Amino acid sequence: MRKNGLTDYTLICILVVLAFSFVITGCSPKDGESVAGKATAQVIKNKGSDTMVNLAQAWAEMYTEITNTASVEVSGGGSGTGVAALINGTVDIANCSRQIKPKELELATQNTGKAPQEFIVGYDALAVYVHHDTPIDKITIPQLAEIYGEDGTITKWSDLGITHENCPSDKIIRISRQSNSGTYFYFREALLGKTRDFELGSLDLHGSKDVVEVIGRTPCAIGYSGMGYATSHVKMLEVATTPDAPYYAPNLENVLAKTYPIARPLYMYSLGEPTGEVKAYLDWILSAEGQKIVEKLGFVPLASNE
Amino acid sequence: MNILRKKSAANVPFSETVIETLIRLCGVSSIIFVFGIFFFVFREGAGFLFGGLDLGQFLTSPEWYPTSLSNKRYGTLALILGTFSVTALAMCIAVPFGLGAAIFVSEFCSPKLRETFKVIIELLAAIPSVVWGFIGLTLMNQLIIAVFNAPIGLTMLNGGIMLALMSVPIIVSIAEDALKAVPDSYREAAEALGATRWQVVYRVLLPAAKNGLLAAVLLGAARSIGETMAVLMATGHSVNIPSGPLSWIRTLTATIAAELGEVARGDEHYQVLFIIGILLFTITFVVNLIADLVIKGIRQE
Repeated sequence: MRKNGLTDYTLICILVVLAFSFVITGCSPKDGESVAGKATAQVIKNKGSDTMVNLAQAWAEMYTEITNTASVEVSGGGSGTGVAALINGTVDIANCSRQIKPKELELATQNTGKAPQEFIVGYDALAVYVHHDTPIDKITIPQLAEIYGEDGTITKWSDLGITHENCPSDKIIRISRQSNSGTYFYFREALLGKTRDFELGSLDLHGSKDVVEVIGRTPCAIGYSGMGYATSHVKMLEVATTPDAPYYAPNLENVLAKTYPIARPLYMYSLGEPTGEVKAYLDWILSAEGQKIVEKLGFVPLASNE
Repeated sequence: MNILRKKSAANVPFSETVIETLIRLCGVSSIIFVFGIFFFVFREGAGFLFGGLDLGQFLTSPEWYPTSLSNKRYGTLALILGTFSVTALAMCIAVPFGLGAAIFVSEFCSPKLRETFKVIIELLAAIPSVVWGFIGLTLMNQLIIAVFNAPIGLTMLNGGIMLALMSVPIIVSIAEDALKAVPDSYREAAEALGATRWQVVYRVLLPAAKNGLLAAVLLGAARSIGETMAVLMATGHSVNIPSGPLSWIRTLTATIAAELGEVARGDEHYQVLFIIGILLFTITFVVNLIADLVIKGIRQE
């Protein structure tokens, strides 16, 4: 009997301890938040485009060094993720490698009562990458459209008029992005307009860096990604809009002169007219100092444009 | 026995009631969770499932164009075939290895070696799927290019090997338990009749442990069907009707993982991804049902 009584008490004790531990763990994230907030005055939450995540990270690090009134928390996930977070009101700034859609704009205004404000923070040139052994230097937009487009006529390297010795099958392996990334949208529109789709069967990778990485290991591959991601294993092709037009390499001058055909603006969206720390941060990004980082990471800055 | 019952019924300690209620809650909760998850997944997808989605096209067309501007098509045939083919390939590799390892560990190896084996197999189970995916993306990719002279190593074979490696530990540990559960008297009787060790395994243990072994294989298969990250990284993620182990494929789970993050909430595409979730639910339900019926059938024999 006595033994029984003892075990009952132990069990009750265990239950009480368990209950307390739940209460404590339940509270601790809130505590953590307020501590972080106190230490750094304000946390600017920044989320969105995978293309821009390295850039946003670099800005955030630099900005935290020069100021002590705010810190910036950056996460990726994709343009859509950033806008979704903006719609839910959980971020201060959304990064977007495409323009916000009218429906998203409406949803955000409806949900938060504030209309997202658009800032162009730099430009990104989408480079067409091939393996560095591929004997090709130039390509035209119509050729790319036939490679990537639905029912396209170019499926082999020999269709482009080259003999690719390192690719015995001669088949062009198309590397693409998952079908709702900002990069995919932009590339599709630049190549095919709004009425034609990509041919299925491309390898749809999950990130700008993966594209370059896989192309670097695959002699038969062709793909597209931001020009900042180039490595020594891949080659960027010069691009012309038509077979008769001049070819342009994806570099700073050509993008600024708007002669390189596949370049797009990069956007940041704030909820409503930015104020306080968020405004200061955006102003700094648009300043010469912030734009220097854009150039350093292989994107194209605004400054000399305006 | 009777006396004990009477006593506790007359004077149940308070703590006992509390604990009993808690345990009952835990039991009921799993049912609530399953129905809750099914309800929410169904609710997100129901609007489009009953209003607008062409179910025939959804199940039989290989054309997956969820973000087309001019002609949206939601055909999942290629994804369904991708899921099934990579799972089948993974099972072809994992079942012989897993069952073989289980038989070796439980019947043929020394007790000391057995402990080491068990620890190592458990270690294999502890590797996160994203690490398997990374191995597939880098190491296995190169290996498949080198061995098969394939243009690219991100293939069904790559994903299948990764899935096999992930489900082997599950198959081994459950199958080993099933073999251990066969009473020693069976083994002794067989040996007394002059059976060799292999004959004991083949004629006595395997038939006796049939249910448990089947459960092991099915749980391994379920793990393969549900796995997401590793197949997303290793199979090439390409909408293709699979034509062989070296073709690039895409699975249902990988499609949800890759696309849900960037889709606008409440959009048609968003709802279709949830309908794929319902489809996955149905597939697992059918697999489990078949498993139950098979096991029941075996029992009745």
